[in-house]
Amino acid sequence: MSEDAKILEDIGEYKYGFHDRDDNYVFKSERGLSRAVVENISRMKKEPQWMLDFRLKALEHYQNRPMPNWGPSLQELDFENIYYYVKPTEKSEKSWDDVPDDIKKTFDKLGIPEAERKFLAGVGAQYESEMVYHSIQEHLEKQGVIFLSIEDGLKQYPDLFREYFGTVIPPEDNKFAALNSAVWSGGSFVYVPKNVKVDLPLQAYFRLNTANVGQFERTLIIVDEGASVHYVEGCTAPQYTTDSFHSGVIEIIVKKGARSRYSTIQNWSTNVYNLVTQRAKVFANASHEWVDANIGSKVTMKYPSCYLMEPGARGEMLSMAFAGPGQTQDAGSKMYHFAPNTTSKITSKSISKSGGRASYRGMVKVYKGAKGVKSNVVCDALLLDPKSRSDTYPYIEIDEDDVTIGHEASVSKVGDEQLFYLMSRGLSEEAAITMVVSGFIEPLVKELPMEYAVEMNRLIALQMEGSIG
Amino acid sequence: MSQLEIKNLHVSIDGKEILKGVDLTVEQGKIHALMGPNGTGKSTLAYTLLGHPSYIVTQGEINFKDQSVLELEPDERSRLGMFLAFQYPVAIPGVTVANFLRTAINSRRRAENPEDKGMPIPEFRKLLKEKMVMLKMDQNFAGRYLNDGFSGGEKKRAEILQLATLKPEVAILDETDSGLDIDALRVVAEGVNALAGPELGVLVITHYQRLLNYIKPNYVHIMLDGRIVESGDAELALHLEEHGYDWVREKYEEVTA
Repeated sequence: MSEDAKILEDIGEYKYGFHDRDDNYVFKSERGLSRAVVENISRMKKEPQWMLDFRLKALEHYQNRPMPNWGPSLQELDFENIYYYVKPTEKSEKSWDDVPDDIKKTFDKLGIPEAERKFLAGVGAQYESEMVYHSIQEHLEKQGVIFLSIEDGLKQYPDLFREYFGTVIPPEDNKFAALNSAVWSGGSFVYVPKNVKVDLPLQAYFRLNTANVGQFERTLIIVDEGASVHYVEGCTAPQYTTDSFHSGVIEIIVKKGARSRYSTIQNWSTNVYNLVTQRAKVFANASHEWVDANIGSKVTMKYPSCYLMEPGARGEMLSMAFAGPGQTQDAGSKMYHFAPNTTSKITSKSISKSGGRASYRGMVKVYKGAKGVKSNVVCDALLLDPKSRSDTYPYIEIDEDDVTIGHEASVSKVGDEQLFYLMSRGLSEEAAITMVVSGFIEPLVKELPMEYAVEMNRLIALQMEGSIG
Repeated sequence: MSQLEIKNLHVSIDGKEILKGVDLTVEQGKIHALMGPNGTGKSTLAYTLLGHPSYIVTQGEINFKDQSVLELEPDERSRLGMFLAFQYPVAIPGVTVANFLRTAINSRRRAENPEDKGMPIPEFRKLLKEKMVMLKMDQNFAGRYLNDGFSGGEKKRAEILQLATLKPEVAILDETDSGLDIDALRVVAEGVNALAGPELGVLVITHYQRLLNYIKPNYVHIMLDGRIVESGDAELALHLEEHGYDWVREKYEEVTA
C-alpha cells in the first residue's frame, strides 16, 4: 500500500468512527436538563456558591429565551435526550504516563505523532466533558504562564478567575451561551503574564465519545499587557447514529499591546450540532486573530467576534468552511468597533460539495465616534457541483462617517480549464480537483502550525475522495 | 518507437467543424513546426491531442506509441508521454510551482507503480534546481503560486520547466513564443533545444517564423482552414516570412471553398 493510501486509510478509520468501551465512566448524569442537574454538576465539581448562582441564573435565562428564528434549522435537536454532564475519570492526570491506556489508544487513532508531543507546550486533552490530561512544560511554568483545565483554574486561581469569567460573553448573550453557562464542563484556563511571549502554541485536543453527550466546554484566556500567545484547538469525533450536540463558549481578553491567536480545526462527525460562541475583547494597540477551519458537524453556527474596545485595537478572522453532503456550515465573524482607529479584517472561504450548504454570516459594526476605523471583508466561495449552495449575509452597520470599509464577495467553480491543465500533467481528475481546493484554502492552512496544516490537507484530500461520480 | 500519428482527424466544437482531415506524423527525435494564420485550427489540434473534453473527434485517428489515445483521459495521455505547453497557462492560486510539479511527478510514478513512495524530497529539489538553472529562473520562482500573477514570459518559462521535469516523449508547444520579448524568447528556445534530442519529438505551433530562428525544425507544415496544405523543410518557413500567407490562401482557396 502506498504511503498516502495508508494515511488515508488511517484517517478513513477515524472518519467512519470508532469508540472505546463506554462503561467505565465514573458518573453519568440523567438525560435532559433541570435545576437538579445543574446543582448536581456544581456539587460534583465542588464549586463555590457564586458559581452555582451563576449557573442557575443562566439556566433561568436559557429556559426563558426563545430559539433563534434565523439561520439553519435546529428542529431535529432533542434537548431532552442529551446528557449534560459526563465525567470519565475521577481526576485530571498529571503526566502522559498516567493517562489511561484506552484514552491513549484513542489519541493514537487520531494520529497525534509521538514526536509532536515533545513540542507541545502543554496539552489539554478534553476527553468527554473533563480534562483528563494536562501538562505544562517547565519553561512555561517558569514564565508564570497558567494553562489549566477550567475547573482547576477556578480552584487554584479563584480571584483571577472570577474577575474575568463571564465578562466577555455574559449568559444573556444568546440562548446557547446561556445553556453553556448553566452546564459548562471542561475547557481550558489560560493566563499569560505581562510581556511574556509564549513561543510554542498551546494545544488542546478533545473529542466526543458517547452517544448524546453534550459537550459544553468553556475556555477563558487572559493575555496580559504586552504578552502574546497562540492557542490551538482541534477536535474530531467518531460517528454515531443519534444527534450529538456541542455548544462551547470561548472568552478571550487581550490587554494593551498584547497579541493573541486562537486556531480551531473543527472536525466533528456529521451528526453533531456545533453551536459555539467565541469572542475576544481587545484593548489598546492589542490584536486578536481567529483562525477557524470547519470541516465536520451536521450543523455549525459559529461567528467568532472581536470587541475592539480601545484605540489601535485590531481584530482579524481567517475562516474556512467545508460543507459536504447533509452539512450546513453557517459561519462568519463579527467585528465591533467601539473605539477610534481600530481595524478589522475578515477573510472567509467556503467550499460546498455534493449538496452541502455553506453560508457566510457576518457583522461589521462601527459605533458613533469611532473615527478612522478601517475594516475589510472578503468572502470567497467555491462550489464543486450544481447541487451545492453558498450564501452570503454580510451585515454592515456604520454610525460614523470617517471610516474605510471594504467588502468583496466571489463565488467560483472549479473550472474545466483548470482541470484540463492539471490533468494534462498527469494528475487524475480527483487529484486535480483536490489540488484546486487545497490551493483555495492555502491562505488559511499556511497560518496553522505545521502538524495541523498536514492534518488539514489530509482531511481535505479525504473529503474529496469519491468526488468524481 | 514513440511516434505520434494523426490520421484524417476531424474535430468539432459545439457542432462546428474546425479540423477537416489533418494528417501528420511526429517522429521521436524530430522537430516539426506547424504554422498558419490565426483561426485555422492550430490550437484546436493541440487541445485535441491532449484530450480536452470540449473538442469532439468526429472522424480519424490519433495514435501514440502504436496505440489509439482517443479513448484516453488527458491524464492518461500525459502519463503515456504526451505533453502540451499551453498558449494560455491557467492559474492555480494557492498551489506552488514546486508542490504542483512534485504532485505531477508522483502521480506519474504511482500510475506506473502503485507502491511507489514518490520522489524523495532531496532528489526532487536537486532536479528542480537543475532545470531552473537551465532556464535561468530565479530559485524563489518555485515557491510562487502556479501561473498566478505571472508575466507572459514567466508563464511560458514555467511551461518549459514542466516540460523539462516531466520528460515526455512528444511535446506540443502551442504558440510558446507569443507575448515574449526577444530575451525571454531566446531563453525559452534554448530550453527547448536543450531538451530536444533523440528521445523527444516536438511539434512547435507558431504564427510567426521568428521562433524558428532559434528552434530549427526538421519539417514545416502550413495549416489552412483545418487542413495541412503544405509541408516542407525549414526553407518553407523562410518563404512564409518573406511572402506571408497570401500565396497559400490563393493557392488553396478553390480547394477549401
